Formats: sequence, C-alpha cells, structure tokens
Amino acid sequence: MQSLKYEKQKEQQTLSYLDGVKDCIPTLLGYISIGLAMGVVGVSSGLSVLHVFLLATFVYAGASQFIICAMIAAASPISAIILTTFIVNLRHLLLSSALAPKFTQYSVLKNIGIGSLVTDESFGVAITKIARKEPINDRWMNGLNLTAYLVWIGACTIGGYIGGWFPDPEQFGLDYALPAMFIALLILQLQTIKPTKLKHYLLLITLMIICMLVFSTFLSSSLSVIISTIIVATIGVVTDK
Amino acid sequence: MMSNTSFILLLIGCTLVTFIPRVIPFLVARNFTISEPVEKWLSYLPVCIFTGLIVESLLETSGSTGIRINWEALLATIPTIIVAFLSKSLLTTVLFGVVCMAIVRLIM
Repeated sequence: MQSLKYEKQKEQQTLSYLDGVKDCIPTLLGYISIGLAMGVVGVSSGLSVLHVFLLATFVYAGASQFIICAMIAAASPISAIILTTFIVNLRHLLLSSALAPKFTQYSVLKNIGIGSLVTDESFGVAITKIARKEPINDRWMNGLNLTAYLVWIGACTIGGYIGGWFPDPEQFGLDYALPAMFIALLILQLQTIKPTKLKHYLLLITLMIICMLVFSTFLSSSLSVIISTIIVATIGVVTDK
Repeated sequence: MMSNTSFILLLIGCTLVTFIPRVIPFLVARNFTISEPVEKWLSYLPVCIFTGLIVESLLETSGSTGIRINWEALLATIPTIIVAFLSKSLLTTVLFGVVCMAIVRLIM
C-alpha cells in the first residue's frame, strides 16, 4: 500500500506538459470542426476576421461565440448579448467547482491560469482521468488546456478566412453545429448519470421543455432559458431524494 | 454590421462574464467547500441549460404573435439525438447534425 502510494506520487510528479498535450489530441477534431464552423458563421454575421480572432482569444467559449454572432446578426443590444453570454457560461461555475479542489496546492496565479481555460471538453478529459483515479498535476492540465486553446483560436481564424467562400453558410447547415453540440453535450451528460437517477432527470427535462414553451410566449428565448433553468434546477433539488 | 467601439465594449463585457465564472471556483475552493444543496443545484444546471438551449433552437419567436415551431430544426434534431445516443461522440454528432441540416434545407 505504501509503495503504491509512492508510485502514484512519483507518477504525479513525472506527469509532464507533453502528456497533457497527448491527452488533448482525441478532442482536437471537435475543436477544429466547431471552430471552423464558428469562423464561417462569424464572418457571415457581419464580423471581420480580426473580430472572430479576438472573440476566440478572449471569450474562448464555443457556445457563447455562436450566440454572440447570432445576436449581432439580429442587431440585439450589447447588454442583452453580454447577459446571455453570462448565462450560457454559468455552467463553467459547475465545471470549475468540480476541478478546483484538485489544484488547491498550487499558487493563486496558476489556479487563475488553469481556471480561465476550462472548457466542456477539457473538463471532460480531466474529470474522466480523475474518475479513473489517475493522477493529474498542473503541468498536465496546462498542456491539455493550452493545446485546446491554440487549436481553437487557429480553427476560428481559418474559418473566418474561408468564410468568404461560403456567403450562405446556412445552406450547408453550418449554423446547426451549435445546436448539434448542445444535443451531444446533453446526451453525454445523461450517460454519466446513475440509472436510478435517470427518471428524475427525465422529469426535469420534461419540465424544462414545458417551462420553455410557456415562457417563450411572452419573454425573449434567451431569458426563457435562464428563468426556466433556475426554476427547474431548484425543483430538482427539492424533489431529489 | 457593428462599429469598432461597440465591438470592443461587447468584447470586454463578454470576456469578463466568461472569465469570472471559470476562475471564481478556483479561488474559492482554497478557502471553503460548497454546501450540499448548492452543489446539487449546480449539478442540475448542465442538463437544464442544454435542454433549454435545444428547445430554444427549435422555436421561432415571432414577437407578439407567440411561438412557432422551427420545422427545419426539428427535422434535423430528431436524427441528431439518435446519433448522439448511438455514437456517444461530440464530433460525430456535430458533423452528422450539420450534414442533416444541409440535407433538410436542400429538400425543403
């Protein structure tokens, strides 16, 4: 037992930046395809390639970038775009909350660096590794995060450049990359839930659909998402046994 | 089209609201742990948000006249859900969804 613990510590110390890069590779095709679609859609929404590059670099959130572009195209007010982005990204609070306890031994600055680059996919890779009781450390996480970050910026920017070739990206269904990603993320979430809890989740999904249909009749659809989520997540806590 | 000033305002705002929720737990986790009901509430967020966003993509809100179903999106969504279940892969689902939507728009 003692030697096993020692082995684990040794493994954690030797886990390198390059191991993080390697563990990122399976998710790269996802970043590249969604990033290219993002760039094309961004340019067709009236943004320049520089705008697309800046959004990818500073906002670095696929879903939010698509929504920002859609709202810019619809001439929504800036305040509404920022609020919607905030709501869409609130889920990172959950992702980061699950990862943060694993990095408390590192400096504040390192924690800010790791936290600022958390994505659905990098979270997925890290949490799977943790669930398998494999060690992780700061270098590994930085390798994982930075690889994804640079590839995302590259893909969005290239998408912006080739956007000119697709004056009508909707014809190719590219705008549907985002709803398709939400579907995949929802299904992947459901597949991590214990079978005994599935019924409870299906109830919440049904309630979400009903709430959305009701609120959308008199509120903007993005505000409906926020309010429905707050109500249904609360119902989820109350009805949880 | 958007002026550079409004784009920069938008960029700063969106940067802050994406940066803060990502980083705060990393600063807070050092000092105290989240209470159980809050943790539970947070754990329901992803499923609720993704369901909400999917339903949003299926609706066409047309001002005061209420909601209408976006049939194009619904036609693409049903097979995409099935493929997501079978493939359990983000990439496969996204590629399939895009192709599916392209075909739906070609036919309709």
